[in-house]
Parts: sequence; C-alpha cells; structure tokens
Amino acid sequence: MIQPASPELVTVNVDGKEVAVPKGTNMIEAALRVGVDVPHYCYHSKLTVVGNCRMCLVETGMPAVDPATKAPIMDPATGKQKVNWSPRPAIACATNAAPGLHVRTTTPMVKDCREGVMEFLLINHPLDCPICDQAGECKLQEQSAGYGRGYSRFIENKNVKPKRTLLGPRVMLDDERCILCSRCIRFSKEIAKDDVLGFTDRGSYSTLTCYPGKKLENNYSLNTVDICPVGALTSTDFRFKMRVWFLKQTNSIDTESSVGANTVVWSREGAVYRITPRQNDEVNDTWMADSGRMLYKDIRSAGRLDQVRVNAAESALEFAVAAAAELIAKGGVAVVGSGRSSVEEQFLTRKLAQAAKAEAHLVARVGEGDRILISTDRNPNTRGALVTGLISSLPSEKLSSLAAQVDSGAVRTIVSVGEDLAAAGLSSEQLAKVSVIYLGTHANATSAAAKVVFPTLTVFEKHGTLINQQFRIQRFAKAVPASTGATDDLVVLSKLVLAAGGPALGSDVGVLWGTISSEIQALGTMAYGSIPDTGLLLDGSAWSSLAFGEGATLHFKPAAREAAHA
Amino acid sequence: MPAPEQHRLIFRHIDEPGYTNDIACYQKNGGYEVLRKAVLRKPEELMDEVKKSGLRGRGGAGFPCGVKWSLVDRKSGKPIYLVVNADESEPGTFKDRYIMHQDPHQLIEGIMISCFANKVACAYIYIRGEFPEGAKILEKAIAEAKAANFVGGNILGSGYGCEIYVHRGAGAYICGEETGLIESLEGKRPYPRIKPPYFPAVLGLYQCPTIVNNVETLCHVKHIADFGGEAYAKIGTPGNTGTRILCVSGHVQRPGYYEFEVGKCTMGQLLNEVCGGPLPGRTFKAVIPGGSSAKVLKFGERYKGKRKVGADMVDYDWGVEDIPMDFDSLAMIGSMGGSGGVIVMDDSVSMVEALGNINAFYSHESCGQCTPCREGSLWMKKITARMVHGTARPEDGALLKSVADQIAGRTICAFGEACAWPTQSFIAKFGDEFKGYAQAKAAPRPAETPELV
Repeated sequence: MIQPASPELVTVNVDGKEVAVPKGTNMIEAALRVGVDVPHYCYHSKLTVVGNCRMCLVETGMPAVDPATKAPIMDPATGKQKVNWSPRPAIACATNAAPGLHVRTTTPMVKDCREGVMEFLLINHPLDCPICDQAGECKLQEQSAGYGRGYSRFIENKNVKPKRTLLGPRVMLDDERCILCSRCIRFSKEIAKDDVLGFTDRGSYSTLTCYPGKKLENNYSLNTVDICPVGALTSTDFRFKMRVWFLKQTNSIDTESSVGANTVVWSREGAVYRITPRQNDEVNDTWMADSGRMLYKDIRSAGRLDQVRVNAAESALEFAVAAAAELIAKGGVAVVGSGRSSVEEQFLTRKLAQAAKAEAHLVARVGEGDRILISTDRNPNTRGALVTGLISSLPSEKLSSLAAQVDSGAVRTIVSVGEDLAAAGLSSEQLAKVSVIYLGTHANATSAAAKVVFPTLTVFEKHGTLINQQFRIQRFAKAVPASTGATDDLVVLSKLVLAAGGPALGSDVGVLWGTISSEIQALGTMAYGSIPDTGLLLDGSAWSSLAFGEGATLHFKPAAREAAHA
Repeated sequence: MPAPEQHRLIFRHIDEPGYTNDIACYQKNGGYEVLRKAVLRKPEELMDEVKKSGLRGRGGAGFPCGVKWSLVDRKSGKPIYLVVNADESEPGTFKDRYIMHQDPHQLIEGIMISCFANKVACAYIYIRGEFPEGAKILEKAIAEAKAANFVGGNILGSGYGCEIYVHRGAGAYICGEETGLIESLEGKRPYPRIKPPYFPAVLGLYQCPTIVNNVETLCHVKHIADFGGEAYAKIGTPGNTGTRILCVSGHVQRPGYYEFEVGKCTMGQLLNEVCGGPLPGRTFKAVIPGGSSAKVLKFGERYKGKRKVGADMVDYDWGVEDIPMDFDSLAMIGSMGGSGGVIVMDDSVSMVEALGNINAFYSHESCGQCTPCREGSLWMKKITARMVHGTARPEDGALLKSVADQIAGRTICAFGEACAWPTQSFIAKFGDEFKGYAQAKAAPRPAETPELV
C-alpha cells in the first residue's frame, strides 16, 4: 500500500490523553503513541487484523451530538463535550482512528474483559513454563502477570492435544500451548506466500497443523516461531538449549545478501545461541530468512583458521606482516577485496591497494533471489565497495582479467581479503604461480596455497558497517569475542597498509571513521556513532548508471531499471 | 380468550392433500404469478414495498428486511449477491426445512423477486449439510423454474436475468452466522468476520455487497410483492408485521409448526390450546421461546413494566402464558423471538441436565476462532457434564454464571450471546436447582420420565 506523503491526521483521545494519528491507525498503535499499553495476542503490526484473541477489548465512545441539530452536547460538570460511551467493549486492533474517538483502557469493564480472556486462555494451557523455551519472552506469562487474576477456578480436565508435531525441518509445534491466534497461519499466507498452515477440528479442540502432505519448510518458517506469542512453535535449533534471560542481545545485520535484514544476535559467554530479526520498517519489517539464522554456526565450524602462518608454518602476527610486506615490495601485486567485507575493511583494502600500487578486484556473488528478503546479489556490501572507491564498476563473478595477468606474469602477488581465489576462477596452476597473502576465517584452497595466512573474524566477532541495496548504511556490532588465534581484519589490514608504505590509519572503527568521513564524500557528514540502529540512507545517485542485478524484494524496487523499462 | 385461528401465508398450501413440491402443482395454485407482475415493475418500487411492509428477518435477530436492503452499497460498481441462509441449525427450529421440502418454488419465487428488486444477478442458497433431501429438492425445483424461464437469463422476456445456485454446508451451526456463512461459501473455514469492517452489505461475499436473508423471510417477500407493503403491514401487530411460523417442540400434547399473525397469539394460547397443553399428569415448568439460545422463561414468573400501545404507554403484568409471541414483547421481557423455535419443558425436567444438553451443543458448535466463546463454551459444558455425571458442587451455578458473563458481548459474532444466554438465564431463574442438584441427584427419580422430543 502506498502511503500518502502527508497522511490526514485525526485526533483521538486515549485515557484522557489526546493524540493526533494518521486516519485509519488502529487504536493499539494510537494508544502506544501516548504510552498506553493495550495487551494483545493475535494482532501483529505487519499482518492482517483478525481480532480473534479478544485481549485488546477497550471501551470506546464518540462525542455526543444532538441528533436533530448536530450541535455538541456539553457536560456542565466539566465544560467539555459529553462522550457517549458504548455499552459493549470493542477490540482496539480493529477500531480505527476517527475524529473525536475516545478510548478507555482502565475502566472496571476493560479490566474484567482482560481478566476473563486471560482466564480462558489459561484454562486449557498446560502451564509448563518451567520446561518451555518461550518462558521469559512469553506474552501469556507477561500478560497474565499484568492483567490476569492470579488464581484459577478451573477444576476440570484440560484438553489433550499433540505435544510434539514437527511442522517442518526447523519448527516444532506443541498444540497444547497454542492459543489459536493464527499469527503463524497469516504469516505463511501473507508474507512467506506459502499457505501450508491451518486449523483442523473446531472449538477448543481446534488444532494447528500443516495441510496433508505439506511441510512448513520455506526459508521463512522460523518467523512463525518469532511471532508465536506463546511457546507453541519452537525452533528445533534453539529448543532446550538456553534460557532466554541468560542471553545477551547484540544488533547485527544478515550478511546473506544485499538486502541487509536487521538482526539480533543472542549470545552467552562467547557462544551464539540464535539469531532473530530486528524490526526495521524500511528494510525487513520484523522478518528474516531461516538461512540467515544459521550463519552463527560458522563461528565454531570445522575448518576455522586459528593460526597465523607463513609458508605453512605457524608464525607471530608481526613476522607475518613483515613477510607479506616483503612480498608486496617486490611489486606485481593485485588485491582482491570482498563484497562481504565491511565498509571499513573495504576502505583499508583500497588503501592497501593504493600503497601496493596494485589493481583492486572484487568477486561478485550471484544467487537466486526470493523476492522477499534474499536478493540476487549475495554480497552484503557491494555498494560499500563502490562508496569507498575500492571498485568503480560492478564486479564479475570470475576473476578472468586477473587470471590473464597471472598467466602473463604481470601479477606475481595476490592479497585476498576473504575471497577463495580458486572459487573465483583461478586454476591451481595459476595459484601455484603466484604468492598469495590470504586474510580469511575458514580454510579453503586459497588458504592452503597461500604463503601468508591471517586468520580473521566472522561478522559476529567484530564491529563495522555494511551498505545494502538501498544504499542504506547499517551497523553491526561485536556479539562474541574473537575466536582463538584470529585477529580483527582491520588490525591486519591497517598493519599491512603501514608495512606497504601507506599511512598509519589505526584499526579502531571509531578512529578509522574520522579518516573515512573526511575522504569519502558520500559518508562525509556522519560518524560511526551517529548511524541510527535502523541505518541511514545514503545518496546513491552517483552510481545510478550501474546495472545492479537485484530484482524487487520487500521494501525495495529496482528504481533505475523500472524507469528504463517504462 | 380462545386462541386465534392460524393465519397460513407461507404454509397456505403445505399439508393440503395432493399438494406436491413440483412446479406444475405450484403454478396450478397461482405460483409465479407474482413474479410475472413483479418484473414489470420498477425494482425501486418493490424495495419500497418491502420497506413499507415492516418485514422483520425470520432468522433470529428480527432485523427489518427493508433496512437491510437499503444498507447495501450500490455505488461500488461491484456485483451485489443475494445469499439465502438455509442453514437452519438452531435447536428447536424446523420451519425452513419444511418450506424447502414442501414448497421450494415459493422460496425460489421469493428469491427471484428479491433479486429483481435489488438488481442481483447471482443468488446462492446456502443449505445446511444435514439437509441432503432439501438440497436435492431445491436443485430439482431450480431446474424446473429455469426450464420455465422463471430463473436464468432474460426471465419472462423482461431482459432481467439471475442464476440461483445451491451450496451445501458441511455440518456446522456457525455457518448460520451470516459472515461465517459467507466465508464457508468462499470455500474457507466458517470463521465469522469482524464487523467492522466486514459488514456483508458492503464487504460480503468475495468482498462484494451481499444481502443475506433467511428462507422464511424471502418467502414473505413474495407475499409482500403480491398484496403490497401496506396491506401486508396490516397483518400482525404494528412493528411486528406479517405472520410467523412457530415451531413447538418438547413436552406438549401436539408439538409441530404453527403459523400465526405475529403477536396475535400468546404463549399460553399456543401451548395450552393450539398444542393441547402439557402431557398427562404434568405441569409446564419452563419454555425457551425462540430457539435454544434464547433466554428461558419460567412458568409462574411475572413480567412487569410499561409498554407502548399505539401512542400511549401502558402498564403490563404478564405471566409466561400472557406473553404475545412477537419480537418486541419477547425482547421486552428479556428473551427473544429468535428463530421461532419454542422448546417446552415440564416438571419432569432437571434444569441442570437440560442446560448440560444445551451447553454440550454449543461447545461442540463453537467455531473456535475467538477466545471467550471457544474456551468459555467448553468450560461451561465441562462444568455441567461434571455436575450431571460426577460431583456437583453448590458453587457451580455461580461459577457457570460468571463464565457466561465473560463471554456475552465480547466475541466476534453473536454466538457468544447464543452460548452464554442459556446459562445466564437458567442460573438466574433456576439457581436453587443448581445449588441443590447434588441432593436432587441422589434422590430417587420418578418412574416414568418422558424423554424430550
């Protein structure tokens, strides 16, 4: 839906507080603006409104007018216009702001409604919080404490339903905990476009299930776990691993593609336990792909590089830097940067290329887009390489020009920042012909062939920024300490720049940004600390002539190409 | 005062010897003549006749039919649908089934006139899944009417056309709720829609303006088109016009369906004279006047207040027997005319067990969409089932009432009221029986307890 540029505002009154909201805003959102919490389960700001939980019942009223003359009827006691309160409560989620609408959320009737709904939701709920993964982030727990009666009058037997239904490879369902809010059904239908969930049976025996022969296995299935207000849907990956209140939350970015979905990394004592989406209404709303949630497994996966090596022997960092500098000093250097590096790393990579008088290359990574939150450009930071000036045109998938230069003997040393040159099209003969300086996290053909290997960090172990397909610069933060033996990419790169005869730039992100903002025009007015959590949109018009490959995804339309087609 | 004669409008020919449900018999008795004349008039005129007639919906709510039609969004440019609610599921109600079985062409004529008046080009009859025979009869009748050019394209050379389709339900009470019915007709689970915004008159079937009318209501439209809105309004009582079919079941000598002018017959006349009074040796104890969801009335109770007669307000002091069987009087004394299903219980009935039966029905039929009805209806059923089959506690009545109070008025559709009102009214009027049920259960039962019919 296209919002008008300046939506028509209407003034509503929530618990005596007036607030102007765009016409059509529902009263849960309107109340939020004046700090009034309207408890709810089925309502989700990004899904259609069904109004089935009945938790958000409030009292509504309209200003009284004389039916004949339409003149306002004043209340002599207060001097204000009288309000005709409806005798029936209404659900706030489906009550849209209209001029003069009054809402009360603190009256005895509203309290009684909430207590009633809470009691009903709990009578057939197993109350197995001590063994439930949702405990600590459960709406049922929160709202029963906030709005429930605190005791039960139910002495009958609870309903029995399936306890362990595997809906798909990543989602487990406990039907007894389900409060039938239908959020997961609506998500699958409306966002994931994979309408596989539904209810069978009726009344209190209603059971959430997959359609026969179908599975909840789309790449967005774990969002149903996120939006499940109770512990009915749990992640098979996270289930029974850790209590949520022990986990530290760190803001991060999904590095799967140029969409740059905002995420939260949940960690404890140096280990990541799960990744969930973080709301950014301009990028990913409240969603992210399942595949992006599994990326944390890279941190401790087999093949993680854990030793600085020179000529296949373990070395100290300073010796390795000196060895690399020696290779670079011989000339005939090429630098292969990465679209997966952060803006800061790309900036230093460019500085390194300049110091080494080397040409900088970038490896394109193209995959299938899903039109939701994974784009065809699987580099999260191709735009960063453009903005920092590391490259000036779009990269190709294979380093064919570099291969030719290797063959001709023009390039004798390659510095690769995280890119596997073998995968990027260099043959083993070509690799054998050159001296490779490799910075990377995991072992591969390039690290095996390299003269100098610097183990570096995954996105979860460092700070930095990425620029997504909208030219939105977004920050990620360090969630866990560096893996043993690995060094921050910025430390290695800044040392290499210095050793190659370049300037001393430092390796602290904040310090580095002083240089970046003074040198890069597009980032000129900002500092690292001033980038908001939801990112900052840059002016990408300087690159509008490039033929970016991405198709439409959530909140992204490839504007330039559509205009060309039109 | 003796009971008035039945005034058979809808049932005029039904039960006549030799009257069959084929088109030949219907036409022999003047069938489709009204449609013939109607299509020569302006649709607006017919709508006006219905408005003037004061016809109120016979499905349960008693909403004025003319007002319902006038609420339809005619400016959207979308097609308008007419949906016939033939999902007669309210316990104690069996009039629509009989109309469809015995006189399907009367319904079809009513539908066609209503469609013509509202410029509808497509009508659906949503018939209850448990009425396979009715569906067959309707299919046959529609085919006959189509062959005779009363249904289909360019009927009777008028240039107007309308198709009628029969859609069978799958056996769920909630499909009688108009928005649930629409969802079901669209092929989905019959979860009633939230109103606002999904008022059928604006966003109904396939998000188009839709009129949902009961079978009996549409049959009345035929008679309104026949003798005019004003003449029709003279039948019955002011505000409660026309005739009404009352379905009487339970502990009376002659249960069945009876058609009277609305408000001309009292409950006492109906039960004692028309239906022959209580079974031998029994006395009436309670009666549910409008289908099982209506609030129960207790014999011996007095209902007092003021009511409008003409322009004056007059006092009334009624026993159950004195209540005129019309929408307003029954609403005034705290119950409702509902669907016209009168369920009679005599002194052999334990009200706890009767409520247990009603609660079992509603908990089975709750669609499960919204919390209060889904959980509350089953909880009430579990309580009454435990009282009957297990341990009854003196405080159970109060608990039942409290649960019911948490349902009514807080749900998506009127099912919340439908399942809460029986409990609320049974406890309000027979509370002592619930308190003392443990003792009553232990006491020996009378030898011959007749089963409820």
